[in-house]
Amino acid sequence: MTDTTVNPQVLPAGLVLAPQLPDILRPVTIRRGFIGFLRSHPTVAIGGVLLLMLVLIAVFAPYLWTVDPTALAPAKRTRAPSAVFWFGTDALGRDIYSRVLFGARVSLTVGLSVAIFASAAGLAIGMVSGFVRWADGILMRFMDGLMSIPPILLAIALMALTRGSVGNVILAITVAEIPRVSRLVRSVVLSLREQPYVDAAVACGTRAPMIIVRHILPNTVAPMLVQATYICASAMITEAILSFIGAGTPPTIPSWGNIMAEGRALWQVKPYIVFFPAAFLSITVLAVNLLGDGLRDALDPRMAKRL
Amino acid sequence: MSVPLLQVNDLKKHFPVNKGLFGRQTEFVYAVDGVSFEIARGETLSLVGESGCGKSTVGRAILRLFDVTSGQVVLDGQRIDDAHPSTMRQLRQRIQVVFQDPFSSLNPRMRVRDILAEPIRNFGLAKSATDLETRVTALMDTVRLPREALNRRPHEFSGGQRQRIGIARALAAEPELIVCDEAVSALDVSVKAQIVNLLQDLQREFGLALLFISHDLAIVEHMTHRVAVMYLGKIVEIAPRREIFAAPRHPYTKALLSAVPLPEPGAKRNPIILGGDVPSPINPPKGCRFHTRCPFVFDRCRTEEPHLRSEGEQWVACHLDALPAG
Repeated sequence: MTDTTVNPQVLPAGLVLAPQLPDILRPVTIRRGFIGFLRSHPTVAIGGVLLLMLVLIAVFAPYLWTVDPTALAPAKRTRAPSAVFWFGTDALGRDIYSRVLFGARVSLTVGLSVAIFASAAGLAIGMVSGFVRWADGILMRFMDGLMSIPPILLAIALMALTRGSVGNVILAITVAEIPRVSRLVRSVVLSLREQPYVDAAVACGTRAPMIIVRHILPNTVAPMLVQATYICASAMITEAILSFIGAGTPPTIPSWGNIMAEGRALWQVKPYIVFFPAAFLSITVLAVNLLGDGLRDALDPRMAKRL
Repeated sequence: MSVPLLQVNDLKKHFPVNKGLFGRQTEFVYAVDGVSFEIARGETLSLVGESGCGKSTVGRAILRLFDVTSGQVVLDGQRIDDAHPSTMRQLRQRIQVVFQDPFSSLNPRMRVRDILAEPIRNFGLAKSATDLETRVTALMDTVRLPREALNRRPHEFSGGQRQRIGIARALAAEPELIVCDEAVSALDVSVKAQIVNLLQDLQREFGLALLFISHDLAIVEHMTHRVAVMYLGKIVEIAPRREIFAAPRHPYTKALLSAVPLPEPGAKRNPIILGGDVPSPINPPKGCRFHTRCPFVFDRCRTEEPHLRSEGEQWVACHLDALPAG
């Protein structure tokens, strides 16, 4: 701020001196460190905290006053939520609270694994496609082919080829998600290749592998990380859908989709059987999406200086 | 005259367009179509012309950011247009570049220190880690930026400061020629003046040759030794600064110069208004490329292409020039 002090006496009559800038602008404190980062990006904080809680719940499920989620109790079927059965019991007398908590393990495992595997495969394919001209056409037409099949149908078809297990569910959803990541990576690579700083690096004598490592990859990671959170969210939903229609996780393993599928018949008389897993699924997906939205803003270096 | 630092001989760069369904290349953009010039050591040559005339393509061809269609680029007696990649990497040290957009010419994820160290490391200029540090801090002093700024990232700087970083990166390689591709066009007037003065100081200090690609004739007049005027991929006139600004010979140069606004309120210059648009570089006119818009066009211009002819140090490609004076 410049200290332009104007002598009020020289102002013509009727003119009022405008308030000077330092009076209008409130002093801004620059927040630093991890806590400062979270305070300036509340969506990341909310999404992150919610997700962290869910992960802790999944990891410590056996210690959170749960019972065996597969233990049948024919005498205590379809009990309403109470002090004993917090979320009630299902048609076979299993404790829904325990099942929902153990179900978080399946959902989070599937979401996280699909996000990691699909990103890794998509990154590799997108990179090749963006750099190798002749491979681009072939790879992208193949990805177009995959994309023309709705992801759910593709996953159902792949599950039909194998038997139901968490590993196969992850594989099926990953295959369905790869085209989206590889298209994204390809488009980012193509636009980065045209950036003047890449040309400047060429002029500076940087070799092609170093250009990829130093100039292309770091600038691809941010959009990919954001995409990965969306994939994580959509993979959890897809897993629930697959389980719901009986094409996913085997019924012996409690997953949110399975619990909802089993409660479906009783939904009008015992809505809580469906409600609790659905609520957990919604909150988890919301948390992941909030995290993704927040990261998208936070990872843009041009936004980093925002006060 | 001694051997020029850079010689460009009949440089052509045609970009394929209209890739058909089966990859057939049917047409070409004649972006640069037979350009020749020389730059001496320590000299500034300005390349001017309107958007799309191929100025930047010439600059990028000299930097060998792509392979040329035909012609030669000779640096100090050594051809660089067909140099082997490993030889080329060594030659790159001698030609550096400063780009137009100070925002996209620096990698947003690198610290200034790493941006400046990149060319020094690549060309093995530093003997040790301390030498590298000395060089990097010296570069900051040279472009008049505070040394503390080394640990910051590009987004923390203003446009002018970023352009200084870009210049420092170009200097880091200790080049003999810097291609300034519209290096000051994106800056506002006061910052522009600072950068232009900095470039001139550096030129004196290091004996740099500059290829100054610009459309800003006021700045060109201020800092250049010679000017080459381009129109539709060809040089129409090339001459020392004084001659071209005092007595332009090519009708296009005349029109271009008359369009420069005078920095005086109320001043009138009666600009020569050219009719029509620039023809497409995909299908350039036959004969003289300027004949569709030239106020002095006559029959010969439509059929025969004029070549650069010299009068003293002023080279002009125009049939009018060959006519008897009058």
